[in-house]
Parts: sequence; C-alpha cells; structure tokens
Amino acid sequence: MSPDSSTTPAPPEQIRAVPVRHPGRWIAAAVIAVLAAMFVHMLVTNPVFQWDFMVDNMFSDAVLRGARTTLIMTVLAMVIGVLLGILLAVMRLSANPIVSGAAWVYIWFFRAIPRIVLLFFVANLGALYARYEFGFPFDQQLMDLFGFEADWRLFGFDGNEIFVGFTAGLIGLALSEGAYMAEIVRAGIQSVDPGQAEAAHALGMSRGKTMRRIVLPQAMRVIIPPTGNETIAMLKDTALLIAVPVTTELNFQLRAIGSRTFQVIPMAVASILWYLALASLLMVGQYFLERRFSRGFGNRETRQQRAARRARDVGSTH
Amino acid sequence: MRKSFGHVEVLKGIDLTVAPREVMCIVGPSGSGKSTFLRCINHLERVDAGRLSVNGHLVGYREKGGRLHELRDSEVAAQRREIGMVFQRFNLFPHMTALENVVEAPIQVKGVGKAEARERGAALLERVGLADRMHNYPNQLSGGQQQRVAIARALAMEPMLMLFDEPTSALDPELVGEVLDVMRGLAADGMTMVVVTHEMGFAREVGDTLVFMDDGAVVEAGDPRQVLTDPQHERTRAFLSKVL
Ligand SMILES: Nc1ncnc2c1ncn2[C@@H]1O[C@H](COP(=O)(O)OP(=O)(O)O)[C@@H](O)[C@H]1O
Ligand SMILES: [Mg+2]
Repeated sequence: MSPDSSTTPAPPEQIRAVPVRHPGRWIAAAVIAVLAAMFVHMLVTNPVFQWDFMVDNMFSDAVLRGARTTLIMTVLAMVIGVLLGILLAVMRLSANPIVSGAAWVYIWFFRAIPRIVLLFFVANLGALYARYEFGFPFDQQLMDLFGFEADWRLFGFDGNEIFVGFTAGLIGLALSEGAYMAEIVRAGIQSVDPGQAEAAHALGMSRGKTMRRIVLPQAMRVIIPPTGNETIAMLKDTALLIAVPVTTELNFQLRAIGSRTFQVIPMAVASILWYLALASLLMVGQYFLERRFSRGFGNRETRQQRAARRARDVGSTH
Repeated sequence: MRKSFGHVEVLKGIDLTVAPREVMCIVGPSGSGKSTFLRCINHLERVDAGRLSVNGHLVGYREKGGRLHELRDSEVAAQRREIGMVFQRFNLFPHMTALENVVEAPIQVKGVGKAEARERGAALLERVGLADRMHNYPNQLSGGQQQRVAIARALAMEPMLMLFDEPTSALDPELVGEVLDVMRGLAADGMTMVVVTHEMGFAREVGDTLVFMDDGAVVEAGDPRQVLTDPQHERTRAFLSKVL
C-alpha cells in the first residue's frame, strides 16, 4: 500500500462470505404451504362447491351480458366522474369564491351520501316530477306576470323513462364519483410546482391552455394511481345497482342463477372469480396509463432517443 | 413604480429606463426586490403605483379617459408574448422533451405550423449548443443544459425583451460558463435584456448599465465598470466588497 512501492499492487481478493441464514423464511414458507394445502383440500373435497355446476353456469349468455353491462357501467361512470371531477377541481381552485363555494358544497354533499342511498334516490326521481324540462328559469312565472299563456322550454324528458335501470344507475354512480375525483384531481393539480404555470404564463399561454397543456398532464402522474383504485372500487360498487334496480348487471345475474337453482355457494364463488378477473383487467389498463404519464420523470429511454442512439451506434461501428 | 405585498412595500419607487438593444444588469442583496421587479415587467406581479411600460404600452393596464383599466387575461397574455423570461430554477416542462418545450408556445400561442415550429425549434437548440439533446427530457439534462433549453424556449416566441432572473444561481460552478456564453451571444445579436445576476464579470463585460438595488430601491445605476470600480454609495461598496 505504500506509495513508493514500485510493483503494482495485486487486485483485492474477491469476497466469499457466508451469507446470512434466514430461518424465519423457511418457517413461514412451511406454515403457509400447510395452510394452502388445507385450503385446496377443502375446495376439492367439499361437495357444496359443485365445481362442474359452477363452470357450466358462470359463462351463460345472461352472465356474459351481465359482465359486459358491469364493465360498461364502470367505464362510463368513471369517464363521466373524472370529467366532472376535473371540472369541480378547477372550480374549487378558482379565485371566484362563488364558483369555489359551489364546488365545495357539491363535494361535501356527494361524499357524505352512501352510494346505495343515492342510487335508490335517483331511481325514484320519477316520483318527484313525472316530467323534467329545461329552459328559461321561472319562465312560466314570468309569463304569468306579464299576462301571457306560454312557456320557454328547450327540451324535456319523462322522469319515469330516464330514472330507471342503467341510466339511473349511471347518473347516481357518476355524480358520486365526481365528488371523489374532484379531491383527487385537486391534490394532483396542487402537486405541480407553481413555477410551471408561471413559466407557461410568461410564454403568453392563457389560463386554459396552461391548465390543459402544462398543469394537468403533470398532475396526471399523481392523479392516476388513486384513480385506478377508484375504478376498481367502482367495479365493485356496480353490485350496489341492485338498489335501482339494474337487473342486467353481473352480480344480479349470478345471484339469480344461484337462487333459482338453490346452488348459492357455487354462484357466489363464480361472482368472486368474475370480479377478480375484471379487476385484474382494469389493473392492466392502469399499468399502461401510469407508464404513459410518467414520461420525463423516470429514466426510461423514449422511442426517439432509442432511434437516435441506434443511429449513433450504427454510425460508430461502420 | 411601486409594489407592495399586503402592507409590506417591497419596491419603493423604481425609476429605470432600458433602451432597445441595451443590456441592463441588476445586482443587490437577497430580498431587495430584484425578482419582484422582473416579475412586474411581464405582469406576473401587478404594479401598485406608478407606470411601467414596455415598447410604449402600459403593462397590465390600459389608460382610457384618465383612468386605468385592468387588461383582460387574453390581453395580458398577448403582452407577455413580447417578453421572454428565464427563471432561476429553469421551470422547464418536465413531461416534454427539449424540442417539445421549445415548440410548445409557438404552436399553442402563435399558431405556428408544427413542421415549421420544429424546424425553428431545432435551429434554436442548435444555437444554444444542444442539437444532440433535442429529444431528451429535462431530467436527462444537466442544469446548464436545462437552462439553455429554457433560453431557447423563451427565444422561440421571438421576444423583443428578455428577462433573466439569476439564470446561473442554481448551477454548479463549472456549468455557469456555458449559460453565460449563450447570453453573451444574445447580447451581441442586439437583444434587449434585463439580467438579475451575481456574475460581476458578466455584468462588467456585457452590461451597458449596472443597477444596484437594496431594500426595494435603486441605490446606484450607471456604467458597470464605473459602478464596480468606483461605487459612489456606502451600501454599494459594502455589497461589492462581499461578492467580489
Ligand atoms: N408573493 C410574495 N408575497 C409576499 N412577499 C413576497 C412575495 N414575493 C416576494 N416577497 C418579499 O418581497 C421581498 C423581495 O423579494 P424578491 O423580489 O424575491 O427579492 P430578490 O429577488 O432581490 O431576492 C422579500 O422580502 C420577499 O420576502
Ligand atoms: Mg430573486
């Protein structure tokens, strides 16, 4: 080691240490293996499970249609909920106290109401008014005031046609989701460095463009993981549609088979397996979304960079 | 002009004129109001009293019938297009590549065609020495490279005035030079610039005017060589003795 030695020092010897033993891991593995074996044994030997029956019935046409309804409902309710949430979050962060207050009231209300209660209420809105019409506010009262016999309505619908089944369920779930998404989006927007909006403003970008092009894309990184959770929660909450009721939905269909045939357990297990499969499907979608919006934050090479590097490599080897 | 935050007056009457093609450097201790002054110039902060105009137009207001009217957001945005700003902490858009950062405002704000914007953006990045880093995201660039992209981004809007707020303060010492070189080039090309900086060498060499600010007021302004070698005020002397 002395600096004046003339011979080059030998490279240090490779370390061959005895690794630390982890007996705890082996014990845990043994315990879990035994428990798993007992569980599988139960599944195989208990005749109540009726596996053949389950497999025969869990893919019937009605069930497949139910799965499709459940997925469509989940996606639609989330899409509307996310859009509503972005709108509410922007309102909530507005400098206008009326706008911000209105968003606060909305969020306060819809976060407080259990979804099953809300769904039941929406399903019965047809009893509040038979017909819903939209147009100039207080038009009839105003016309009366000036002695006219008329109204000013743009469009309307029959309450008993809209607030039933799928539409009623979608309205209830989406309104409720909007409130949760508003809080998630707001947290996302606030997580973006204010210097970003400032830089955009300094370039002459309008508030709207700054939000759409600069702030929201960066907020997405924070927004997407909890939105994934919300989507999976929404998938599960479609089972609450029984309060409307929506009879075409997955869980309703599986339970219907179960009660009709008195095979409750097999169809309940079928329900579990269906929701597992659908939730897994949604998680795959979440993975790709997260990857898309983490651009510029990881160290992943982009397509253009890869192309550029390959071009360089090719250039240098020839 | 004056500016207060609540009850605290942070700019206590600033009266400065920057001529076209002039490079004005502003120095002064931390908290003296240099950033606030720069931010007032493009209306990121509103002026409370007095008048501030760029190219003959009041910033943020319109004078009509002897009264000042606040400009609408879109009008303020239009004014800001004429003024480029470079921040101490770069503030590049992290979800966009260097080139995307540069072409964003021309495309979104000026409505320049994509192909044309990319061509001009690439030329600008080449001008700041980053032709080979065009497709990198900001987090794949060094501080000096990021700041050069930020300068290119501001230049892409073809501003007539550039504001720099301590553009090299967040950089490692060995990266300061590359950014100052780009700024030197800009000054040589005749860009009008207001530069808040602690780089006295740059101020001496490139600046046409050196302004010393302290506690929200201009203490001394004049030819950089003169102010640096023969400061007239005690406060200027005290400050310079610390930074030189
Ligand atoms: N948004 C703000 N709200 C309140 N006070 C502020 C704000 N921005 C700056 N200040 C205050 O104004 C003074 C000047 O700040 P600044 O312009 O950043 O100084 P400098 O850039 O010279 O260091 C400081 O005292 C600072 O605390
Ligand atoms: Mg500052």
